[in-house]
Amino acid sequence: MRDGGGLVADVFVDEWARVVATVARDFGDLELAEDCAQEAFEVATRRWEVEGRPPSPGAWLVTVARRRAIDVLRRDRRFEARLPALARARERAASPSPLVDDRLALLVSCCHPALGVDARVALTLKLVGGLTVTQIARAFVVSPTAMARRLSRARAKIRRATIRIEAPDHDILIGRIAAVRSVIYLIFTQGHTATAATELVRGDLCDEARWLAGLLVELVPGDPENLGLAALIDLTDARRPERMGPDGHLRLLGDHDRSRWNRPMIDSGLALLGRAHAHGCPGPFQLRAAVAALHSTAPSLEATDWGAIVGLYDAMLEGCSDPTGDPDPVLVLNRLVARSRIAPVSEVLVELEALASDGRLDRYPYLHSARAELLLRLGRRREAVRWFGRALELTENPVEAAHLSERIATVGEEPAGPTAEGGAGPDSV
Amino acid sequence: MKYMLLLYSADNAGPEMGSPEQAAEMQAWFAYTEALVSAGALVAGDPLQGTDTATTVRVREGQLSVTDGPFAETKEMLGGYYLIDVPDLDAALEWAAKVPLAPYGSVEVRPLMELPPR
Repeated sequence: MRDGGGLVADVFVDEWARVVATVARDFGDLELAEDCAQEAFEVATRRWEVEGRPPSPGAWLVTVARRRAIDVLRRDRRFEARLPALARARERAASPSPLVDDRLALLVSCCHPALGVDARVALTLKLVGGLTVTQIARAFVVSPTAMARRLSRARAKIRRATIRIEAPDHDILIGRIAAVRSVIYLIFTQGHTATAATELVRGDLCDEARWLAGLLVELVPGDPENLGLAALIDLTDARRPERMGPDGHLRLLGDHDRSRWNRPMIDSGLALLGRAHAHGCPGPFQLRAAVAALHSTAPSLEATDWGAIVGLYDAMLEGCSDPTGDPDPVLVLNRLVARSRIAPVSEVLVELEALASDGRLDRYPYLHSARAELLLRLGRRREAVRWFGRALELTENPVEAAHLSERIATVGEEPAGPTAEGGAGPDSV
Repeated sequence: MKYMLLLYSADNAGPEMGSPEQAAEMQAWFAYTEALVSAGALVAGDPLQGTDTATTVRVREGQLSVTDGPFAETKEMLGGYYLIDVPDLDAALEWAAKVPLAPYGSVEVRPLMELPPR
């Protein structure tokens, strides 16, 4: 539906989630809501071509989907069991302005902590984003059958365990919105780095994540972390045109032609970050967005304000530790990579080796490639090749693998000396 | 909706037998059960004797086998349950988080399968 042209495709993006959410909440049944929304859009495709688009397409679609849902329930052999749902729906239809937008209730339910993370991502893309099973399956490099199974297991849990398509009370809602942010960011990073995919950037998923982040800002504008997430996505995705060369090779930050970054998107990200900043309540997404903003506005890798970036990582580390109370090792790594731009490389290398020795990042390829880059800057090429090799063993991303292989091949030939390569964390590339 | 809260903990987890902490925990269990009762959510709930008292029965191809011990040797063992009746999963999870062993054990929340009336 989203791919099709015409009168309906234009409203699909904006109205799909609303139709599903309203019907799901009215009838307390996700599958029914999805089926009826699908049919409402199909009816619209046929009718609008002839009759023209109604003045308020969203309300039109909701009415058709609701009517359809009532028909389905009437034909249900367990009609009596469905009566409470019908009564509830009638009541709800009569009071069309709930305290919490139905779409937020739907988002929060899709990202319910009782669901597995994979299920949350798939449900959000399907029910809120309106993507097809095939599209989601392709993005996550699984077969459509496997994705359909994942979705139906998740729906079954929602139904059997009675996860309501309703927003919880305010205190719980705050935590649930944080869970929604994590899911949206996960969708974005999947699009951005595409772990097991052949293209480094899966644009569709990045676009979807940006749309979801925008929706979350629209639904809960008072939460600065929502603005921070939207800003982070804009600022990171603005570099998409330069993430890969025309030959399909990975380009590190230091090799980007910064004039080809998407300026309107950077401006949008900076504006969002400004709005978040006005709340005076920084959080992890705002801090990460601030790092991305410093990169986006720097004329070159060398002229980047690395001191400020290190400071932002310090602030993130203050608020972030794993369950044992140790600082998040990935943040520590990213901080070290930034610090290597302003502190003696040999000193940073010692700190990185200390981080490596605790073992938590053993299987994290960026630790090893960052170590290799530092060794290289110290002219210790043989050791660098060894750690690039370790990173290569661990990466699941073919584009990154190609980059590492190339690095290993050229390091043997190049004269030793400082290189212009950026560090290696996913935040810094 | 009825949910079973299955209470698991490791043998050596939780306060030591006879310690003042254990006495305080007993009070917490009574208070918790009382809270379930006053909320109208309690259907049933009991602690179980230890797994050293467990006997496992199986019938395979008509052959009865009776063995000493729980069906699976795991670090965390089922030590009790509450059966509660609440509107939805969120409510069940909220009650689960308040079970006195939650700080050191695990509470598995399982919805009951509702069979149609016969």
